[in-house]
Formats: sequence, structure tokens, C-alpha cells
Amino acid sequence: MTEHVATNETILVVGGGISGMTAALEAAETGKNVVLVEKNPALGGRTSQLYRYFPKLCHPTCGLEINQRRLKNNPRIRVLTLAEVTGIEGGTGNYTVSVRVKPRYVNENCTACGECAKAVSTEVADPFNYNLGTHKAAYLPSSMAYPQRYVLDPAIIGTPEADAAKAACKYGAIELDMQEETLQVKAGAVIWATGWQPYDAAKIQPYGYGRFKNVITSVEFERLADPHGPTGGKLLRPSDGKEAKNVAFIQCAGSRDENHLRHCSRICCMASLKQTHYVREKYPEDGKSTIYYIDIRAIDRFEDFYQKVQADPSVSFIKSKVARISEDEQGNPVCWGVNTEGYKRYTTPHDLVVLAVGMEPSVKGVNIPGHIVADSSGFIEADPANGAVFGAGCASNALDVNRAVQSATAAALRAIQVVNKVAKAEA
Amino acid sequence: MAETKVAAYICKGCGLGERLDTDALVKIAQKDGKVPMAKTHDFLCSADGVAMIRNDVANEGVTHIMIGACSRRAKTEAFHFPENAVARANLREGVVWIRPDTEEARETTQDMAEDYIRMGCAEVKAMAAPGGNPNTGSSKTLLVVGGGVTGMTTAIEASKTGYPVVLVEKTGALGGMAGQLWKRMPVHEPFKSPADTGVADLAAQVMGDSNIKVYLNATIAKTDGAPGRFVVQIATESGATHTEDIGAIVQASGFTTYDMNKLPELGGGKSPNVVDQLGLEALAKAAAAGDGVIRRPSDNQPVKSVVFVQCAGQRDPSGTHLAYCSGFCCNASIKQAMYFKDANPSVDTTIIYTDLRTPGNGEDFYRSAQEKGVIFTKGKVSGVQPGSNGSTVSFHDLILDDANATIADVDLVVLATGQVPNSGVDIFAVPKEGEGEPEVKPISILNLNYRQGTDVPQLKQGFTDSHFICFPYETRRTGIYTAGPVRRPMDIAQAREDATGAALKAIQALENAELGRAAHPRSGDLSFPKVRLEGCTQCKRCTVECPFGAIDEDEKRFPVFNESRCRRCGTCMGACPVRVISFENYSVNTVGAQVKAVDIPDEFSEKPRILILACENDAYPALDMAAMNRNEYSAFVRVIPIRCLGSVNTIWVTDALNAGYDGVMMMGCKSGDEYQCHFVKGSELGRVRMSKIDDTLKTLNLETERVRDLEVAITDIERVPEMINKYVEELVAIGPSPFKGF
Repeated sequence: MTEHVATNETILVVGGGISGMTAALEAAETGKNVVLVEKNPALGGRTSQLYRYFPKLCHPTCGLEINQRRLKNNPRIRVLTLAEVTGIEGGTGNYTVSVRVKPRYVNENCTACGECAKAVSTEVADPFNYNLGTHKAAYLPSSMAYPQRYVLDPAIIGTPEADAAKAACKYGAIELDMQEETLQVKAGAVIWATGWQPYDAAKIQPYGYGRFKNVITSVEFERLADPHGPTGGKLLRPSDGKEAKNVAFIQCAGSRDENHLRHCSRICCMASLKQTHYVREKYPEDGKSTIYYIDIRAIDRFEDFYQKVQADPSVSFIKSKVARISEDEQGNPVCWGVNTEGYKRYTTPHDLVVLAVGMEPSVKGVNIPGHIVADSSGFIEADPANGAVFGAGCASNALDVNRAVQSATAAALRAIQVVNKVAKAEA
Repeated sequence: MAETKVAAYICKGCGLGERLDTDALVKIAQKDGKVPMAKTHDFLCSADGVAMIRNDVANEGVTHIMIGACSRRAKTEAFHFPENAVARANLREGVVWIRPDTEEARETTQDMAEDYIRMGCAEVKAMAAPGGNPNTGSSKTLLVVGGGVTGMTTAIEASKTGYPVVLVEKTGALGGMAGQLWKRMPVHEPFKSPADTGVADLAAQVMGDSNIKVYLNATIAKTDGAPGRFVVQIATESGATHTEDIGAIVQASGFTTYDMNKLPELGGGKSPNVVDQLGLEALAKAAAAGDGVIRRPSDNQPVKSVVFVQCAGQRDPSGTHLAYCSGFCCNASIKQAMYFKDANPSVDTTIIYTDLRTPGNGEDFYRSAQEKGVIFTKGKVSGVQPGSNGSTVSFHDLILDDANATIADVDLVVLATGQVPNSGVDIFAVPKEGEGEPEVKPISILNLNYRQGTDVPQLKQGFTDSHFICFPYETRRTGIYTAGPVRRPMDIAQAREDATGAALKAIQALENAELGRAAHPRSGDLSFPKVRLEGCTQCKRCTVECPFGAIDEDEKRFPVFNESRCRRCGTCMGACPVRVISFENYSVNTVGAQVKAVDIPDEFSEKPRILILACENDAYPALDMAAMNRNEYSAFVRVIPIRCLGSVNTIWVTDALNAGYDGVMMMGCKSGDEYQCHFVKGSELGRVRMSKIDDTLKTLNLETERVRDLEVAITDIERVPEMINKYVEELVAIGPSPFKGF
């Protein structure tokens, strides 16, 4: 990857998930120079933490591999990891963006040989697994990680562990005195593709997330199902490691609720339908899924996926917004509510409850530098007042992967229009 | 052309130096690999190591580089030599990381490394650095087929980016379906009331843009060529035909509504007071032009009660009607209910639905309708009986569990019937034999003069959608992108977003064509298939199999390669029985030479040899990641990455077996309806081809177990080593190949 100097014909893409990678690649493959900024140590974003995609039940890493290969072959993209935008100055066609880069403590000499990790014994929480497990404080974020370069957790900096890691590296890749720095990057247009975060389930007080160990979120369930996750792909419930065979999925956990997220997050119905496949895949004999829902939103061509799950005798659907969850003596979460189809009360214990948590745009609560027009949920709107700052993917709407990629491709064109105008003016 | 000079560089870092006898590897490169220059380096990917290679290229005339280090997926920035032919012998992920560091494993591990060095040297010598073919076409004009919201948006966005556009619309006016709407669902805060469609503005922008040439009352008579050099004939109403040079195409041919006459049980076609959503738009437009009151078609009386029937003829698992949900109809009915409520709150409006689907901020719109007094009833409508005093709607009320619920005296019933894509001819449809009336063949949209058919291949239910979740724009016709409701059901806001993305892809395709570069998934690849026509037997396998319809036939049935339609998967190369198709950097030779380079120990050695042909997209990365996790597998396998299972030429397998390999494993992506092949049909075609290998095995008197076809996903990090080890055990049980030593 050649270093190139960013100019006001450069496109800055903020966020290295599937939307940001797509926007960066599509722009670069159309001949534009791109700086891609990602806050994590590796690209891939939230989709790389999913076990399977709906509706094909294929694996997100498959597409990630292609995108990473596109990236490796494209000298027009400069990737900055552990980097966050802290300020944007200027206007359309002429932005100066401040990017704060945190120290990785590992330079480009790293060969990913793994000797530093062997030398370190400290374990730290593993955010890739939603902190369901830990990893070494010298680590590669995942097997798919790009850049394929280790990271030292700041927790060991200044301790003998860091020195041990440094001593174990034969390639001079560990630099313990690396400092945080702030870069000024010129750009003609900015694509804001910072994605989403799962709604904080603890705020939905009656569901007991955080109080009951066996109430987890849908994104955590993905990590349990993944063979490379903290349980090796076994659906084991957190309280006692028991096999979770009777799983409840609670839809609209936070979404469609004016007390929480006013919008519908679009993906959660399909995600829960998909996750019933995980239960059946792991426990073909006696796995059982129950979906508590308001409306099943298997929108457009996904309908056949819904119909297949409906035909599955191991899955039941209950039209109900669960009122509350309690815990019985065995640690089973118990769902309380009324099935509105016929108004029948239920009090049903399950092994595990999965909250289909809503999608909150990552831009919410984060101060996007400059003045960005967003809707009441915090999604970036398409508005001329935003100048050449364009929302893409889940920063702009509650979208599934397919639609996020479309949105990112469209955003790339909008950015190209701006830099083409700059190029023309300068020619 | 400069003289070929090959150099081999062997890295001693990452444990290679400790685990392997690298001096022996150098000797192997020189002796067996026959390279004039072979060197080791303690840390080859370091600045110093890379400088050593660069220096040899600059000063020693090295043209071909063989790197014996880590996987070709690792350290790509360091080992980036675009001007040279480069092969990577995978000594790290392919050897030391998957072998135990024990004394007894040392010999077989070294054997493995030596073979990979032999293979790398053989491969690189058979390669050339691809130069690309820049003479494939340079038209920068976009053709947009369809003048609805999608087509107009594509045209405007492409023009704004600086590209000229030709827009062809079959009717006499721009606007399409959206042009028939009175209002649309809002797309900005506060999402409370219907908004202007914006169609008139779009049409005015198109007509006022000197960069956009519009043909009305026109259709595409013929499309010849390839990206960068399409020649398109446009037939107009007058009978005249215009020819345009086109770089890339966006097909935005839209949808028609599902015919409500097919729903007589819901009153479709039975009464003027039962309309579809478009029918209601017409009533609303008429009202807006008059006193603002929507009137009942039968007697022109103001509508006082209206019932919306959702999913009419949709989400039907029986196969009679549409199987899918059209996605936009819930919001459309909410909008239409507001037409009544906003004008007169006393009008009764009821929406009967099973699942109300208002994603994103549609939820605010839904809430607003509830505030406005629209009634939402969860139920399944079983019948609509039109009568003199209005219609009676019968339904199963799912909340009260009342199967015989009715609403009587309804002035107007609106059926939400959904979208049917205008996707042209289904080129891969299997004609139904016998029974019933012959179906009316749809009219082609693009009239492609392609060997494989006139239109873009369809996926499910007539949509031209991509099958890929990560790559929604990938059609099977390079440089032709579909957008809007022809691709999947969608509303105006989505269609505009889709149109903008498709415009980018089309622009990218024509720019790629000019530079001779491949499009996704081998983006930027400058290699392209070259064919030695003098050896061709006109068997047509390549022209039939190409997943992208890239190859035509001339009048003598020789293949005509259209490079800018090609995606470089190599399926043609795999299909060719006389092996006359090759790429500069990937050919029957580059793989065949590797197969032959492996040292085959004799039958008494107890060292079987198994060839693995692994898809570079999924299986090879899975093997790499298995290595990163130090999952061990047998030292008897030799892995060669391939572009796609479709590119596997049977000769590699027969050569391997003839040379005394004990078995061959082929690892490709999932095929079938839920295919995961990045070249859509590549793995399927490869498998069909290999299913016939049994005959070859029989003629060689070999057991059928000696060739194994496996489906491997990128996540099979634990499974792949297990599969390999199990297969090796199986082969050991069968005994060595009888061909050893010949």
C-alpha cells in the first residue's frame, strides 16, 4: 500500500465495516483516492462478528475475504486503524479532517507469527466476542483480521508483560513508546459509515438483562453460535453452561418503542428467524425456539425464509410483546405476557432468552464534528445542509447488509461527484 | 520482450529457519526448480528483504519472482510487484504452522516444503505478468433503460458525475409508475404525512440536462458488444432506428402491478368499487383536481368508508399468486388511508393486515396514521362481496380469533396487490411440456446479441437480483446493472438509492473496460483469457458454460471472447477439452507444472501424495486460518490454490493420477440454489465436469475414492484439517496408487 498524500480530491470514509469498506472500494475502483478510517484495530465491523447471514445462511467472512483482497490489491486506499475522526473543518470539496490515531504498539514489521502472544499471560476482555470471553493482551483481533498485525492492549503498557512481548519479537515490530497522534487529512468529501450499535438492553428494565445471566442479546447469541466464538459454537447458557435447547426470541427489544428506539430496526425479525436455525442446527433432536413478536417483518423477497421457519415444528410464534421476564429457581428465565391472538395469558420458562435488540445508529450520542442533519432516531438524513458529508449504511438508516452495501455504493457516487467537480475546477 | 529471469527468495523468519533446512530449499530451487538465482533472507518481508528483491529486479534483470515464505494472503503490501510475475510458496501457513514441531515430523515437513519450492518455481516459470488489453473499448456513455424514478435518477446521477447518458423510455412520457401516484410516503422528518412524489422535478431535470439524451416511445432493438463498446440500436415509434455507442447499461425497467383480476374472491374485477392501489391513486389525483373529495367510482358519491386489504395476491405459499411480499404496500396503504383522513377525519379507514411491515422510520408514519384515526385490524381477508350498498369484507379476525368477522357497507375496497418485475425474457427457463395453453413469451428488454440469450438472467420469481448479500449489484452480465423494482420489490426512496449505486457500478464498468481491468470479484485483474484458435475443435463448451455469457460464437462456431464481459474465473479454461484457453498468470500450464513438479516417492516409502485443488476464495483462506490456529493436518497433501472449481481442467486430475498421486481432493464453494460461489455457477459447473471423472478412473483401473469433491466454506477452519486427515487415512487403507514409479 503506497502512502499517498490526501488532497481535496481524496474521499475520506469513516468506518471500516461492510458499508465503509464497500464505499472505499467502490470509489477506489472507480479511480479515486480514499482514506479509510476505522476505530477498531481491524476492518470488518459488526458483520464480521456474525456467524451466518440471512437468508442464505452463508458466512460473512466469505464476502469479507473478497473485500479484503480487493483492498490488498488497491494502492488507492490508505487504511488507518485505531483511528477516530475528532474534527472536520471546511466545506464541500475542501475539508480538513482531524483523525486521532491510538497507539497499536506494533508496527508494520509484524509478521503475525504470534510469539508476542505466547510471551504474555495477561487476559483482557474480548470485544470481538462482546466480552463473553477474554483474549491475551497481545492479540490478533480475529483470524480474518486486516491489517494482519498484532495489537498490544494498553493495559499492559508499562508492565513487565509488555517488555516480555517486546523481547519475544524478533522483527522489531513492537514499539512500546508509540504515542497517540492526531493527523490532519485533506478530503473533498466525507462518507460517514460508522454503522450501528446494539441498543443497550439493560435500559429495558422489565427484561432483566444484566440481572439475569440467561437473558442475552441477539448479537451475543451470534458469538455463541460461531465455532470461533467463546463457547466453540455450542449454545451454552451463561449462568451454568447448560445446553440451551429451549430458546425464546423476543422481538422489538427496544425497537418500535417511544421509550427506547422509535424506529423499527428492520433486521431483527430476520435475524431471529435465522437464529432459530442455529438452535435446530445444534440440537436437531430436541431444540425448540419460540418467537415473541408484534409483526414478523420478513420484508420483500425474504418471505420464503419466514415461510420455511413457520413450517418448522420446532419453532412457535406468539404474537405478544413480552411484559416482563423473571427467573425461576433453576435459573431459567420466565416470560410473562398475553398472546394477543385470542388473549391467552402465558408464563413460560425457557433455557435462554435472546433479546432481538434494536439498531441504534453509532452517530447517536457521538458528536459528529460539524452540523449534520439527522432524523429523530439519529440516522443521517440526505440533506443539502450536510454539504459533502454523506451518510452510508446503518449510519443513514436501519438497513440489512444488502441494503447497507447499496447505500454505501450510492454514497460513493455522491462523493465522487464532489471530487470530480474539484478536479474539474483545478484542471 | 525482456528475457525471463527467475529468482527464488526463501524466508527464514517466523520459524521457517528453525523448522526447515532452508539451505536445502535453496538447492532444491536451483537443482529441481532450475532457477538461476536463489537466496535466503532472515526476514524477507522487512524493508531490507523487499529491497533485496527490488534491487535484483532493477539490477540483475529478474523478471519472475518466487517467494518461499508465508501465504499469498499475508504480507501482500510488502510482496507487491505488479510489474513482475510472482509465485508464492506457502511455507508458513502451508507447512510449518500445520505440522507438529517434533523430531519424527521433521522429515515429512521438510518434504512438504521442498515440494512447495519445486511447485512455486514451476508455476512462476509458466507465468507472465499480465499486461491487460486496453483496446477493448472506450465509450463513456451510459444507457439507461426505463424512464421511471429509477431510470431518471440513474441518468441524473451519472450526468452529475460527468458522464453522458442515453435514456430510453418505452412510453411517451417520463415518470413511470411513480408518475401515476398522487403522493408518496415521506422520506424526511417528521414522517407524518404524505409528501410530493418529486417525479415532475426529476423529469424536468432530465429534460433540461444537455448531457442526457432522451428517447421516448422507444425500445432497445438490439444490444451488441461488451462494456466500453456496446452498440445499441434503439427503435422508435416512427419506425426509425438510432444507433448509439454505449459504455455500460443500467436496466431500470420497473414493474407492473399484480393483476387484481386474478383475485375475483377479493372482488378484483367484480366491481368498480374494488380497486388496486394504483386505482386509488387515480381516484386521489382526480379528487385533487376537483373538490378534494375521493369518490366512489360506481356512483361518484363521496367515499365514507374504505377498507385496505394487505397482501392481496402476495405472500402466497400455494404458488397461485405471488410468493413474496412487495415490501412497500403497507406504507402505501397507510399513505392512502391518510388521503381520506387528512381530507375528512370522519371517513372510516380500516387496514386489514397479517404483519404490518413499516421498517425504519415507517414506524413514525404508522404511528401518525394511528393518531389520525386509521384502524388497523390484524386479520386474513377471505372474501370481498360487492353489493348495491357497498361491499362486504369477510375476514378472520386474528386478535379476537373470530373466523367469521365482517365489515359491511364498505364504499371502497383497495387491494394491495404488489409488484411484478418487468425483467424481460427468462433466458434459462425450461419450457413446460404439453398441458395447458402456451404461455405468452415476455418481450425482451435488452435484446442482447449474446450467445446465452437476450436478457439478464433472473433469480427467483423473475427478479434480476444478485444472489449475493455482500455484493448486491453483481448481475451475471458484466457492465449491465439492474436497479429498482426489477431487481427486488421496493419503494421510491429505495429505488433512488439503488439507482445511484447502479450508476456508480456502470461508470466503474466502463472505466474498467477502457483499462482492460476485471470487475468484481477479481477487481483490477489485468489477465484475460487467450485462446489458441488453431487448436479449437468448436465444441462450444466454453461458450455454453461461461457463467457471465462473455463468449459468443462466430459463423464457424469458433469462440469469440469479449474480454470486458469476462470476470476471469477460468471456467472456460476448465471446460476446454483441448486446453487452448489460458490466462497469462493462470493456465493449464501454471497449475499443471505444479502438479508435475511434486516429487512422488515410490510405493514402498509409505508417503502417499494427495493433491488438493483449493478454491482461492473460500477453501484456501480456510486452510490458512486453520494454520493460524495451528490446526495440524497431514504432511502428505500438496495444496494448489485455484480461481474457482469451475476452472479445474480434468487434465490436472488425470495428470496427477498418472504421475502416481494417491488421491485428489477438490475443495470448492457450495453450489445449487443457495450457491456461495463467487462466480455464481463456477463451482456447480466444475462439479458437473468432475462427476464424469469416474469413467476416467475406471479406464485407468483406479478406485473412484481417489478423487474427492468437497464443499468447503471459509469458516471450516476445524473441519478442513479433519477432512484432510480422514481422507489420507482412507487412501492409506486403499493402498498406494499403482502408477507410482512410471
